[in-house]
Amino acid sequence: MRGRPELYTSYAQDMAFLNTRPKRVSTGALLVVALLLPFMITDDLLQLLATGYVAAIGAIGLNIVTGYAGQVSLGHAFFLAIGAYTGAALSGDPDGRVIGFGVTSLPVWVLASGLVAALAGVIVAPLAVRLRGLYLAIVTLGLVFLGDHVFREWTELTGGPGVGRPAAVPELLGVRLDKDGAFLTGAQKLYLVMFVLLVIFGVLARNLVRSRVGRAFAAVRDRDLAASVIGVDLTKYKVLAFAISSFYAGVAGALLFVPNGFFDPGSFSLLLSVQYIAMVLIGGAGTISGAIMGALFITLLPRITRELPAVLPFISGDATGTFTVFQLEAVLYGVLLIVFLIVEPRGLFGIWVRVRNYWRTWPFSY
Amino acid sequence: MAVVNPVLEVDAIRLAFDGVVAVDGVSFTVEPGELFAIIGPNGAGKTSIFNVLSGVYRPQQGSVRFHDQDLIGMRPHRIAALGMARTFQNIELFSHLTVVDNLMLGRHNHMRYGALSAFAWIGRARREELANRSAVEDVIDFLELEQWRRFPVGLLPYGVQKRVELGRALAMEPRLLLLDEPVAGMNVEETEDMARFVLDIREELGVAMVMVEHDMGLVMDLADRVMVMDFGKPIRTGTPREVQEDPDVIRAYLGEQHRTAGGVA
Repeated sequence: MRGRPELYTSYAQDMAFLNTRPKRVSTGALLVVALLLPFMITDDLLQLLATGYVAAIGAIGLNIVTGYAGQVSLGHAFFLAIGAYTGAALSGDPDGRVIGFGVTSLPVWVLASGLVAALAGVIVAPLAVRLRGLYLAIVTLGLVFLGDHVFREWTELTGGPGVGRPAAVPELLGVRLDKDGAFLTGAQKLYLVMFVLLVIFGVLARNLVRSRVGRAFAAVRDRDLAASVIGVDLTKYKVLAFAISSFYAGVAGALLFVPNGFFDPGSFSLLLSVQYIAMVLIGGAGTISGAIMGALFITLLPRITRELPAVLPFISGDATGTFTVFQLEAVLYGVLLIVFLIVEPRGLFGIWVRVRNYWRTWPFSY
Repeated sequence: MAVVNPVLEVDAIRLAFDGVVAVDGVSFTVEPGELFAIIGPNGAGKTSIFNVLSGVYRPQQGSVRFHDQDLIGMRPHRIAALGMARTFQNIELFSHLTVVDNLMLGRHNHMRYGALSAFAWIGRARREELANRSAVEDVIDFLELEQWRRFPVGLLPYGVQKRVELGRALAMEPRLLLLDEPVAGMNVEETEDMARFVLDIREELGVAMVMVEHDMGLVMDLADRVMVMDFGKPIRTGTPREVQEDPDVIRAYLGEQHRTAGGVA
């Protein structure tokens, strides 16, 4: 029927991926802007955004296990590390200082990193079947320390603390993505590749959570007794949630350090897990777009605070002075988490929903 | 008349938590299309029986046969897959999900596609989702839930939540439906609505039901047979009329006044 875009005449329309015209228009506009950005802003900003897109893939992963399936995991840094080392080792230089197999094709090592991390997730998942809530959080926290120790000691793989090793080598169809080419700079190429990957993994995740599997995750989160009585196999879905979440973490881990080109075993500390938790909570637990917003927000935050000393002279831009940007950053993390949990538990996504609902009915309040 | 196997055969189950015996020597059968009610004072073990039937508790003794399959030791999701659905005394809905999603979860076992097709949401996954959405709409229509479809169930009034929970059980297309206090805490109008739905389920869908309920008027009006329990033991099983006139039942549960008033109906 013409002129009534919100009149659904089939379940297929109602259940479509983008089921309203505003969603289609805004998604299209965002895509266009994101694809034009590399030709409009400087390379260092592009690099930051590329890292943000990768972080978003990781945050989507954590959101699947914690936001959707309700299994609080502090062990995300561990799975990121597994992905990072799988990708770096697979694509690394066979004659280098650290382990490397020379498989530089990006799709190959990205998938392999995801799969190895997913395997680790499946091995860890039985813990989630026996434990819940805080107990699970503490056990997954143990994983981070376990991994931290192994990665510090296993210098043939990781290069050791303070030294590190080169990140995965990104090559697609024989083109090195991190080196400047005839048409595009390395940063532009990486930005575009990371963006495409985020779109792919974002769409896949969104499909998953609106499917039978995603609903089963939510059922396990909200009421596990009722879930089992309507036929959801609790063990199977908890394991599946961990596996998928770890797969995303593995993919993100493998790509995370590519823009920098180098990483060190000290990167995978508890702080990294906490950052991902912050992304999910600030972005909005249980939403895919929220995870992306949260990841971009947390990745861009340091960059914004770095600009502050120019505006607020009492903040010092380097490590000297009474109040430095680094202290400000640490304080901001804490303050933001607390403010969001108290004022807007649905995170940035919740704010967006409010704004949208306000303008939908504007200028009337109902 | 041909002999029809009962839907459910419960034989001498005994369930104890350490020293506390919750259910002791309970036996009953439920015939196809029958509405079987279990009544008794608080703590008599009615809900414990439901938990045994749906696999949440495992009894120490006795057997439960559902369509000739032994249920003892089977995990709840397997029993659900065999066609047993239930509602809970205190609503156990997925409160953050919408009515449609709650009912779609009821159809979890009617869909077969796995995680890999879920990622793509094309082909089989899409087909199954659309077909089951249509089945869910039938339940929405049946229980008159149209106006609540898109609401997260946590925001709905209590009476509607009870109805959604019944809907989730019906969406499973069960062969046996366990109703745990379907009208508890409802006003007269909501109770009458629920009674109408229970009758509709029996007449139109022909599903056998076991109902635990304290509303004697409802039980005596609707049930084909009633089992009265006290302290985990069955006192009497029979038609509503037989049960109401049994001296032991009156002493344990209904009370003398009930008798002098000439029965509740």
